Amino acid sequence: MSSDAKKVLTGPIVDNNPIALQVLGICSALAVTSSMANALVMTLAVVFVTAFSNLFISIIRNHIPSSVRIIVQMAIIASLVIVVDQVLKAFSYQLSKELSVFVGLIITNCIVMGRAEAFAMKEKPGVSFLDGIGNGLGYGAILMLVAFFRELLGFGKLFGIEILPLVQNGGWYQANGLLVLPFSSFFIIGLIIWAIRQWKPEQVEKD
Amino acid sequence: MSSNKETFGKTVGFVLAVCVVCALLVSFSAVQLKPLQKANKLLDQQTKILEASGLLEKAGKDVVKTYNEFVVAKMINLDSGEFVEGDVINFDERRNARDTDLSIKPEDDVAGINRRSNTAVVYLIRNEAGTIDTVVLPIVGSGLWNLMFGYVGLESDLNTVKSVIYSDHSETPGLGAEVLNPAWKALWPGKKIYNDAGEVKARLVKGGAKANDIHGVDGLSGATLTSNGVTNTLQFWFGKEGYGPFITKLRAEGVK
Repeated sequence: MSSDAKKVLTGPIVDNNPIALQVLGICSALAVTSSMANALVMTLAVVFVTAFSNLFISIIRNHIPSSVRIIVQMAIIASLVIVVDQVLKAFSYQLSKELSVFVGLIITNCIVMGRAEAFAMKEKPGVSFLDGIGNGLGYGAILMLVAFFRELLGFGKLFGIEILPLVQNGGWYQANGLLVLPFSSFFIIGLIIWAIRQWKPEQVEKD
Repeated sequence: MSSNKETFGKTVGFVLAVCVVCALLVSFSAVQLKPLQKANKLLDQQTKILEASGLLEKAGKDVVKTYNEFVVAKMINLDSGEFVEGDVINFDERRNARDTDLSIKPEDDVAGINRRSNTAVVYLIRNEAGTIDTVVLPIVGSGLWNLMFGYVGLESDLNTVKSVIYSDHSETPGLGAEVLNPAWKALWPGKKIYNDAGEVKARLVKGGAKANDIHGVDGLSGATLTSNGVTNTLQFWFGKEGYGPFITKLRAEGVK
């Protein structure tokens, strides 16, 4: 793999993270991070959609009339999202019951549109595909990190397996009710952004 | 992107072509995956019914076989309490409730369901000897955020609770969603729905039920509105506008 391709693929995970640096896709990051399993499935769904929407849009980028380009992008993204939703319903019914609403809302996830418009409209298909995967993974990395803290401290579990026995089940751990609620992700995402910017001060915006 | 390619006809043609390709992709996946999705949905429903009847552990992985062997689904008319003919597999209480010909507006809508289907599907569960020892009744009622769907399993006296199993809800995780907590579900077996006078007394008790309370179960802590919703749902479905007539009739005829 050439260093350019590698940069496109891994750059969005920390250096140019869609959530932490670009602050895109926050709403779904709040909604699906109450458990690691949900966050993982959502990550896979977003990786799939960003990768293939980038690929298809890049393939036809020279033919898309610029006056209707957003609509064409939306049509492609929406179709992919429906396919993901259908596959999820067919192969993982339990998860789809919890996630269906949010999978549908990938359509409005700014990361997908953002990458299509900012990257895939200009670059070749191969590198666009990698960019899609990279941004999906960058989104997923934050999602998994937030879900880790929320599930562990809010439910005493990881991937549904009990780590900290809860008081209500006869253990010792009093679950933190705040972390069960979606808005608690704001605190965690805020802390993650702070941590990344301590580590990489060049991400701090100039006043 | 040069502007010379943007004629009106070309733009319309391009958009149409994209739409056709996308439509083919979507409809292909929808049609291909439909049978799997239907099977999943049915399996989910059967699993919940077996759980409500206490057969799930025995069934192990073979849910469908156990279900077909022991469970009989029957349609009833809620107002008369009689068994009626009907398609029990594709029955959907909420779809009927939207149709004014197939549903009524309850006089006392404590469960907050707005309309109630005239018919319902009940599940009669046979034991190894072939006699019916459990009756599973579907329930629906408002929780805090939205409707909650579930099943109540009754012993053959049609009064003693075997289980209260929720299958679909959108209550707050960690609070109202504790209706799915095994510790809370384990409080139900042995509780009585009706008192001697035939009134519906089963309810959730805020602050915890007394040890000798045969009708009360501990409320969900931090989820008063969900707890009230569960109580009201039971009040409604076991009352005269719910399964009341059916239960009276079945008791008179004897469960067989």
